[in-house]
Amino acid sequence: MSIPLPIVDHPTAARKFVTDDQRSPWHDQALWFVRSKRDKQADTLPEWEYLRSMASAIKTHTIANLGNYLQEFEKNATAQGAVVHWAADAAEHNRIVLQILKEHQTLRIVKSKSMLTEECGLNHFLEDSGIEVVDTDLGERIVQLRGETPSHIVLPAIHIKKEEVGETFHEHLGTDKGASDPKYLTEAARGHLRGKFLSGEVGVTGVNFAIAETGGLVVCTNEGNADLGVSLPRVHIACMGIEKLVPRFRDLAVFTRLLARSATGQPITSYTSHFHGPRDPESELHIVLVDNGRTRLRDSPEFRHALHCIRCGACMNTCPVYRRSGGHSYGATVPGPIGSVLSPTRDPKSYKSLPYACSLCGSCTDVCPVKIPLHHQLLAWRKELVGKGLLPWSKTFSMKAASFMFQRPRLFTFVGKVGRTSLRLLPHWLTHNPMNTWAKTRELPEPPKETFTQWHKRNRT
Amino acid sequence: MKPSTSSRRGVLDRLNSQSVDVPPLPDPDASKLIQFDDPFERFKESLALVGGEVHEIEHPSQATSILNRIEAFSSAQRVASVLPAAVKSTVDLAMVDDPHSLASLDWMVASGEFMIAENGAIWVDGSTLPHRVLIFIAQFLAIVVPRDAIVHNMHEAYDRIGAPKPGFGVFVSGPSKTADIEQSLVLGAHGCRKLQVFVTS
Ligand code: SF4
Repeated sequence: MSIPLPIVDHPTAARKFVTDDQRSPWHDQALWFVRSKRDKQADTLPEWEYLRSMASAIKTHTIANLGNYLQEFEKNATAQGAVVHWAADAAEHNRIVLQILKEHQTLRIVKSKSMLTEECGLNHFLEDSGIEVVDTDLGERIVQLRGETPSHIVLPAIHIKKEEVGETFHEHLGTDKGASDPKYLTEAARGHLRGKFLSGEVGVTGVNFAIAETGGLVVCTNEGNADLGVSLPRVHIACMGIEKLVPRFRDLAVFTRLLARSATGQPITSYTSHFHGPRDPESELHIVLVDNGRTRLRDSPEFRHALHCIRCGACMNTCPVYRRSGGHSYGATVPGPIGSVLSPTRDPKSYKSLPYACSLCGSCTDVCPVKIPLHHQLLAWRKELVGKGLLPWSKTFSMKAASFMFQRPRLFTFVGKVGRTSLRLLPHWLTHNPMNTWAKTRELPEPPKETFTQWHKRNRT
Repeated sequence: MKPSTSSRRGVLDRLNSQSVDVPPLPDPDASKLIQFDDPFERFKESLALVGGEVHEIEHPSQATSILNRIEAFSSAQRVASVLPAAVKSTVDLAMVDDPHSLASLDWMVASGEFMIAENGAIWVDGSTLPHRVLIFIAQFLAIVVPRDAIVHNMHEAYDRIGAPKPGFGVFVSGPSKTADIEQSLVLGAHGCRKLQVFVTS
């Protein structure tokens, strides 16, 4: 992309959310609840780890042979009557979709959840061309009406409280003022979106899996919105990243078993829909295959595994940083651990702070259903950023100083002494001055009575 | 619209410029996959967990009398059914040309191919549906499925489908639902509000 992106500084972007002592813990708990449901579901299957290894092996194999599988998919999908389009980047993807809509003189589309169209900025692009875009997933509709973006890839409105949804719906859908009952609000959205479904002229969906062997697509939802959106109009446009392929029909078993269990702790989504070709001879199915940086990512042995992601969101739900800082602090379509790996591959300069939005606890790697070594990749990114000279001065200087000191034992002993003494003597107002961001929410440790070297001399020699 | 070919070439060239050596595709070892002592019991538990209700019946016609006990059915105006032996249609589906005219459908009675014990899902083959929107647009959904049509897990499910036919097929697991407002589960998001499953012996 030619327009330079604004630089995201995660700590600054997260400040408001983290210091909101109502919202941050509430958000943290909501996600931990989802994470616990995931654990329960994973525990019901003795073969869980076996499934994860299989998923990883299938993805590794697919990404390695992606060119062949894409051609096989194209051939089979075309034979069933679908039209397959190829887009090198986001702009081309948007142009292709607009072109199809124009050919059908479309003014209104209904769209189900698709992180790819978010990544490409499709909504704004189409709206600028005078097309009404209605996101039909309830969470996405909520953020759309509020003029926001999703803060989570599976739970788009996880950062919004029910009272706030109530206000938004009162303003846009005419629900009772002050109403915040989820049941009542969902019912109102159901009524509102029914009308939109019935007037939608084209249905746009994302794709969870595409099958090379059969040329088919799988879309998973709980709400049934994708199906309702594409079974009424005659035109269905399915937008997918090229990494969504699986080689064989039966490979779907592995992924449908893992996806919903990892995402929301359900054994499977309410609807797992398989589309092979358009509905009937008068209908159209367009499939847009999008690269937008994926082939470049595949070239990198270090980060290639990030292409395995099935967008389940489990790494976000478990991440201690994400849970407290909220999805918007990442300033990227995909937040959380996987977002922090993917975003710098797009633009290392803009997203250089994201690999540091991580405590390296490794929980993301443990839950990832396709075994992406997420925390290793985040660490690898830090190395890469040093190599690219993109580290802020404060970090490079202190690292160099530390390295200088650790190489000089006498200096180390001396600095240790100074440190212990000052910990004892320095007044609180000086250590906790506004310049020291580290001490904002932390206390300094109690200085030990003796050093390890002294202790060792006394006890072990 | 005719797809352009230059981007296609570009993507494939980039993919083929670097070959990556990896092991072949794995095949699941069936002995490592879960099997239940009583798969039907497990199906019932799974379905209850995802919010569906099971009724065991001997003959399809019993479905109507059971449904009649449900207020939403006995007072329903428009009922569509692909299984007249179980429930009679009040809508003549053969006359429906435009799926939009199904907007006011109260009930849909569909035919399920088989059940999956591990997750309470039922495979519905699109070729049994005159319009695929039927199972999504109806306020309430009932699926009738034979008792002996059951598999343990998703691997067996895909094997049973074999090669998918052109068209549509869906695993339905419980009614439509959402938890997008503060993680509170609400049944009946856009699709059916409730799911009744009739298992015939
Ligand atoms: S990286 Fe793994 S855990 Fe995170 S969203 Fe992707 S598949 Fe899920």
